[in-house]
Amino acid sequence: MKTGDKIETRDLNVHYGSFHAIKSVSLKIPENKVTALIGPSGCGKTTFLRCINRMIELTDNARVSGEVLLDGMNVYDKDVDVIALRRRIGMVFQQPNPFPMSIYENIAYGPKIHGVRDKNNLDVIVRESLERAALWDEVKGKLHENALRLSGGQQQRLCIARALAVEPEVILFDEPCASLDPISTAKIEALIRELSRDYTIVIVTHNMHQAARISDYTAFFMLGELIECGSTPQIFEKPKDKRTEAYITGRFG
Amino acid sequence: MREKVPEVFIFISAPVVVLVFLVILGYIFANGARVISLEFLLSTPRMAGMEGGIFPMIVGSVYVVAVCMVFAVPLGIGAAIYLAEYAPENAITDTIRFFVDCLAGIPSIVIGLFGLTFLVHFLNLGYSILAAGIALAFMILPWTVRVSEEAIKAVPRSYREASLALGATKWTTVHKVVLKSAMPGIITGVLLGLGRAIGETAVLLLTLGSAASAFIPTSPFDSAGTLPVFLYVLATQGNTANAYARACGTALVLLAIFLVVNILAIYVRNKHMKYEGW
Repeated sequence: MKTGDKIETRDLNVHYGSFHAIKSVSLKIPENKVTALIGPSGCGKTTFLRCINRMIELTDNARVSGEVLLDGMNVYDKDVDVIALRRRIGMVFQQPNPFPMSIYENIAYGPKIHGVRDKNNLDVIVRESLERAALWDEVKGKLHENALRLSGGQQQRLCIARALAVEPEVILFDEPCASLDPISTAKIEALIRELSRDYTIVIVTHNMHQAARISDYTAFFMLGELIECGSTPQIFEKPKDKRTEAYITGRFG
Repeated sequence: MREKVPEVFIFISAPVVVLVFLVILGYIFANGARVISLEFLLSTPRMAGMEGGIFPMIVGSVYVVAVCMVFAVPLGIGAAIYLAEYAPENAITDTIRFFVDCLAGIPSIVIGLFGLTFLVHFLNLGYSILAAGIALAFMILPWTVRVSEEAIKAVPRSYREASLALGATKWTTVHKVVLKSAMPGIITGVLLGLGRAIGETAVLLLTLGSAASAFIPTSPFDSAGTLPVFLYVLATQGNTANAYARACGTALVLLAIFLVVNILAIYVRNKHMKYEGW
């Protein structure tokens, strides 16, 4: 890959207790592109994703070694402020997880904890975030209703809007469509394409067709190893590794 | 045939339990309702409680329970947050939980004795609302801790992850998201504790004295009459039909307060369920 890599891992290893979940993975993730992480269940793709914003540290017995560079800065350096880091790297989870608060409060939560107090300012952030997540038109009349009343697809777009509200540079998606119907999935996919103009996006997906549809680059993981990475057309049309080929042609999954 | 006997017994059991409740309530009501009047509720007692009303006792009960809550609620919720969010899962934490459960099992008369010897005499608080409130707080603390802990633990992990992923600190996550979500459950726990506290007698006998007070307490260092203690005094010392009727009337007021607190607890819980979309 060319210059303009936003994130780079160098010899990244993760152990859960004695289980070696990520094995010496070195991967470059280009700026303002969509990079898909694919592979069979348990291959470590979600673990890898959670290393990038250090959410992996919430798992009690996880040990990380190696480097994750964000614009050249190792996010595991001792003097890195994890709060500032997570502000730069947003995350959207497998299950939509809005807070049990109003739509407005969900979006305003992030900016508020980072010190935005002014009501007008918050109003603008809420509106812009919802607009960028293509949800504004559906919720503009009910901003103060409970977010849990929204449909699953709307909740997931709300979670994307919530992540956008703190102005991240990178957004990590962990199988964001796993619990959604095809129409909601299509909306999220279109949104991810749209967002890749301004944000670096890393998406874990179980769905190869989804990876082929929305990503610019694809990385294939198996049993904790990075088997192959490259441009998405190359991976899907001319995979170099036999295992990649076997996976994408559906011989195992 | 052999199955019939236990089955009949099982089917009768539930109605019997309901009947027991209705008999108690009906008996108290039949004997006590006639003494209930505005004067009974709003005036002070005369002739050692044989005439006049129970207003100072209502005030005393509310006052003592309020002081109890001032101690029990922050301490209980604080301990619950620690146990649910911060405590590592190890032997020390298990020991803390074990002691909390043990505290719940201490008979209230023993807590009363501790209140009498330590709070009333050693700390020289005297027979006072303060001493009684603190002793009552010790009594309901385990309930407040464990119910709050369960409420906090029931908050989905995904809420915590969402907050942390936005760059929130642990403490911000705990108080802005976790506590907010757990609050209805915590309030239910606190109200149930309050229900227990308002009916408690043994602790109050030993920390607040047993006077049928004609005097409305103002300072937390005042002694005061309370509904359960007043009831106890009438029932044990009155020994006349009038005294029993007035004891039953006092019991009715106590039950009414208890009922209101419980309805409030159920209301808060149901509202919570609707809110969560169950």
